[in-house]
Amino acid sequence: MAVLEQQGRGAQTPNTVAYWFDRLHPATWLLILFLLFVPAFASEFIQNQIFAWAFILGIIALSLMFLAGYGGMVSLVQMSVAGLAGYMLAILGTSAITDISLGWPWWLAAPVAILIAIVFGTISGALAVRTEGIYTIMITLAIASAFFYFTRQNYAIFNGFTGFNGVLPPVFLGVDWGHPTAFYYLSLGIATLCYLAVAYVARSPFGLALQGVRDNPRRMAALGFNVTAHRIAAYAFAALLAAIGGILLVWQNTQISPDSNGIPWVINILVIAVVGGLGRPIGPFIGALIFVVLSIFALDVLVAIGLAGERFKLLIGLGFLLIVFFSPDGVLGLWDRWRSRWRRRETTDLAGQGGED
Amino acid sequence: MRSVAERLSSRSTGNALELRGVTRMFGALTALADVTLSIRPGERHAVLGSNGAGKTTLFNCITGDFLPTSGTIRFFGEDITDFPAHERIRRGLRRTYQISLLFRGLSVLDNVYLACRGVSRGRFSMIRPGRDDVLMQTASDLVDAVHLTDSRDRLVSELAYGQQRQLEIALALSGAPRFILFDEPAAGLSPTERAELIEILTSLPDHIGYIIIEHDMDVALRVVERVTMMHNGRVFKEGLPQEIEGDEEVQQLYLGGANG
Repeated sequence: MAVLEQQGRGAQTPNTVAYWFDRLHPATWLLILFLLFVPAFASEFIQNQIFAWAFILGIIALSLMFLAGYGGMVSLVQMSVAGLAGYMLAILGTSAITDISLGWPWWLAAPVAILIAIVFGTISGALAVRTEGIYTIMITLAIASAFFYFTRQNYAIFNGFTGFNGVLPPVFLGVDWGHPTAFYYLSLGIATLCYLAVAYVARSPFGLALQGVRDNPRRMAALGFNVTAHRIAAYAFAALLAAIGGILLVWQNTQISPDSNGIPWVINILVIAVVGGLGRPIGPFIGALIFVVLSIFALDVLVAIGLAGERFKLLIGLGFLLIVFFSPDGVLGLWDRWRSRWRRRETTDLAGQGGED
Repeated sequence: MRSVAERLSSRSTGNALELRGVTRMFGALTALADVTLSIRPGERHAVLGSNGAGKTTLFNCITGDFLPTSGTIRFFGEDITDFPAHERIRRGLRRTYQISLLFRGLSVLDNVYLACRGVSRGRFSMIRPGRDDVLMQTASDLVDAVHLTDSRDRLVSELAYGQQRQLEIALALSGAPRFILFDEPAAGLSPTERAELIEILTSLPDHIGYIIIEHDMDVALRVVERVTMMHNGRVFKEGLPQEIEGDEEVQQLYLGGANG
């Protein structure tokens, strides 16, 4: 019996490589191969300043995508949660500001920093969840502003205007994770885990119920769900993602200051999530890549066509406007529409030729 | 001491649902005025009345969509007047909505699965349900029970209107319901679908009582044992279906309401 059951189960959920190979789209395999071999052909600058940065911003924007896309809650506090995690890493761990930093080893400082950031994100969520729409945005924006001014004015803990520098990535397993290629793989690996976690949780009872709360909170209560508790739990999960992104961000920059989580960055995270698309967890990463490429090369483009380089944000803004104008659901929405049109054409062609699917 | 005695006495009456002097004001408007109603476990009851008689407001007060301004509501002896909606649902109360409130972006099966999950443990579980998941199996059986087997994996937004009404009923039947409130389940259904609805209602297990709000007398009077007639937020008349059907005042009110 037991043997039979095990065999039956094994046949139902095969976890073999061949199974996954069949299940994933060839384009997905190409993307995985490409990302694995980026360091083989790209310069260290591109690895670190484009890809790693895009992965990290993608993780922070992913936390917003989770709340907004699955929960219908636009939270502007996610960058502050990431910022707090980064600050806590610098304060608890090591930095050049030895008067304040406690010098804990990274494997203790990082988890505790993440925990503190989750508590902060959850409390912010608890304040915000009883409101809807524009009011959620206003409350979370207020918390984000308060956090920014607090870090800038508090010298005892947050070291005020200057913040912390010299927050180096750890040397672990004999690898210096501060090296651009090592850091590329670190951020790629963690971004992939975060992506898979969100994709998985979206189909779990918790994730399904969250989408139910988004579509119809009144009905969810009438099914026995505690809508408020569910929304707060979503903030906690999103805070975990944002905090992980915050840790990586401070390691990448080796410093953190109030400007790292000022209002411009709060808005940038929103722009990244919206431009990429809030429909699926890949959206924020697409948005982050577009944002990073634009913010690095817009300057060169502007200079090349004879405009002042410092206007590069104008180009980002225009790009944002164009995408939102043509596709309110971001790049993902453009892609979905293009693909469904292409599929329809393909099926009508096949039908005409009497072919099969 | 007296309140304890009162609580015990009301428990000993053993009513599934007991409303005492329930009043609901919206500003100066009295939507429900001093409604008192007792329903035995397993009893099937219809609430009739013209538009604005307070029928849906009555449902909203019972399920906790909003609280009554005054009065008490007991569910199987327990005072649930101030309970939030989800706590009432977890005690076995269910309702359907007049305008379908479904999760349009989710499949039929996922809708029913959520309903099953809502009244069981693991609401916050982050582990995906497997194919042999008990609740998934229960949800699948419920989909069959309301004749939606062929549409199991379709999105709710793709369903026909009548199918959405059937799904509403599946959601209300999930978990272990003890009492269900049906808010105009037959509205907008074709004659065939109405027959199907009557079949579903009459084949419910005996211990499940319900209140049905229904404009269609043919449906309402065929599936209930007692009828309450409401008018302007008050209980106007109560009796057996045939008494209500033959009552001249009721006829007057109903025809008047329908014409006006």
